[in-house]
Amino acid sequence: MSEMNMVQAINDALRLEMRRDDRVVVLGEDVGKVGGVFRVTAGLHEEFGEDRVLDTPLSEGGIIGTAIGMALYGLVPVPEIQFADFIFPGYDQIVSELAKYRYRSGGEYSAKLVIRTPVGGGIRGGLYHSQSPEALFIHVAGLKVVCPATPYDAKGLLLASIRDPDPVLFFEPKRVYRAAKGEVPEGDYTVEIGKARIAREAQKAARMVTVIAWGAMLYEAIAAAEEVKKKGIECEIVDLRTLWPLDIDTIVASVEKTGRVVVVHEAPRTCGFGAELVSLITERAFLHLEAPPERVTGFDTPFPYTLEMEYLPLAHRIVPALEKVAGF
Amino acid sequence: MTPVSEHDPDIGLFTVLREDGSADPKTDPNVPDAVLLRGYREMRRLRMIDAKMIVLQRQGRVGFYGACTGQEATPIATGLIASEGDWVYPALREQSVMLVRGFPLDAFIAQVFGNSGDVQKGRQMPSHHSGRSVNQVSWSSCIGPQIPQAVGTAFAMKKAKSGNVAFGFMGDGATSQPDFHAAMNFAGVWKVPCILVCQNNHWSISVPTEKQTASRTIAIKARAYGLPGVRVDGNDLLALYKVLSDAKERAKNGGGATFVEALTYRIGAHSTSDDPTRYRSEAEVNAWKKKDPLDRLRKHLVLRGLVSDAGDVAMDEELSAEVAASIKRVEALPPPDRASLFDDVYATLPWHLREQRDALVRGPSPVPHG
Repeated sequence: MSEMNMVQAINDALRLEMRRDDRVVVLGEDVGKVGGVFRVTAGLHEEFGEDRVLDTPLSEGGIIGTAIGMALYGLVPVPEIQFADFIFPGYDQIVSELAKYRYRSGGEYSAKLVIRTPVGGGIRGGLYHSQSPEALFIHVAGLKVVCPATPYDAKGLLLASIRDPDPVLFFEPKRVYRAAKGEVPEGDYTVEIGKARIAREAQKAARMVTVIAWGAMLYEAIAAAEEVKKKGIECEIVDLRTLWPLDIDTIVASVEKTGRVVVVHEAPRTCGFGAELVSLITERAFLHLEAPPERVTGFDTPFPYTLEMEYLPLAHRIVPALEKVAGF
Repeated sequence: MTPVSEHDPDIGLFTVLREDGSADPKTDPNVPDAVLLRGYREMRRLRMIDAKMIVLQRQGRVGFYGACTGQEATPIATGLIASEGDWVYPALREQSVMLVRGFPLDAFIAQVFGNSGDVQKGRQMPSHHSGRSVNQVSWSSCIGPQIPQAVGTAFAMKKAKSGNVAFGFMGDGATSQPDFHAAMNFAGVWKVPCILVCQNNHWSISVPTEKQTASRTIAIKARAYGLPGVRVDGNDLLALYKVLSDAKERAKNGGGATFVEALTYRIGAHSTSDDPTRYRSEAEVNAWKKKDPLDRLRKHLVLRGLVSDAGDVAMDEELSAEVAASIKRVEALPPPDRASLFDDVYATLPWHLREQRDALVRGPSPVPHG
């Protein structure tokens, strides 16, 4: 065990898997010599060389498109898209190709990639370095979508993602890249894809709330939970870790226990993943609900630069939502 | 800076077969008789398959079809020179490469019917074939995404030192897509064993090539990417055989990718849903019919004493019986199982798809297409 931040944990996972499996290649913009703009791939180019760690031309469509061709031939590419905001030139390759290869070939081919990309706001990144496009990928049949919040989960989920037979969108919450620290085991371990984690258990109380969050917003949910605890509201926090396929059982079990739910996400509210979560919860736990579910989300606007702290669903906006459902 | 000359391979037109059917001795690749005869037979069979599929569509027995009539020379030449370990990323009019490489005719026709004989399990529209047994993936109706994928496969081949090549095909319309640019650029930078072939058939559905690009030729675009570009007579099997073989040799010897523009013409409609009389003249079509690739090859083979009228009649009878028998067998197959709709989305069935599948299977059946 050693203490690592998220960047170190992801780097450790990549290095470990590249040593273990020489089919694994890393490609993307600036991932080679400089080790990525966030240094997540630092040192890999030195250790594994030009033909396993590729500084590609500046073309997200080209990165994903060529990575698919490599994967079909048997490599295991882990492309990096420098910011999730830059993924859209490669969106057709992801939606029309990557997600559909197994299905459209009747199971004869599969294009297995793990697309790593930093996600989320709070780093003064404005319109094009801050977005959270997870719902746009969850909506596409055939993709798995992962978003760890801790270094332990980041390493274990990345190793699981690389070994998973399906394509994975691996969203890295860049606001906590270095701020999130924790004990990370040396060597090999995996965290199962499709399993959520109870990040904070609710103590038995008259007013309990389940809070569903992922990525950087986990820490805002924890801060809000501490705040309302003073007022006798007990929060159970579900850190989804894998957004799709969803761990619906853990969610339903928690809502059955607490009877109330608040979903927190950075992405815009309308058709955000929170909408799907609330639908699933009302379909499956309707008679357990003591209050209408609440969503605390980004707004239905582009992501702003100067006013980003107004936009983000930070603890000061989560607290009133918790009080509202608890007091219903 | 060398000035552009008509003798440059990306401006001129590489041809072997002359008007009288003879091969230009300066460019003749001297293809063995047996290979040429095989190509000839495959071309005749392909033209017959296309004609029969269009009839099936008109009779409402299959939903759609995209024929490659007039453009057979490129896919057949590719099939003749491709090695077992080579990969093929076709566009709409190169499905047939897989037939030349041994993909079973029944499975090919089953894809058009989309029934349980189809390796794709009826998941795709007709004319979007693929087959793992012959390393051929399907194109995407979205136009162009297969081109960078071919380059990626070629990268993996180079890394594995496999000695194989990846063929990536496109039409003239696809050269307007960002994926074309990405593929050409990555192929140049990575110097991978890839052969990118544009079948310029002059029409992207109803839009002529001059509305796709102001470039003098499509082949010349290769220069900007640091790739060799060749413009070849796409209705001349011998010329294609030579150009593609040379490109393959270059790729195998570490020389990197080649871009080929094959000049041809789409004699028929874009697909069975298209009416080309709305946008192009009969005179234009007739002029190209005179340069038909099958007629031109036949003329050459007659000169060489390899085919005869009587031989063709016998061959067509054989081929017609083969295709008719295949259609008969395939048409009798049932549709894919209802529950198979949910297979292959993921490697294993997640809970949400299991729930949806169980609900579908319990529920009523739809009214089939009438």
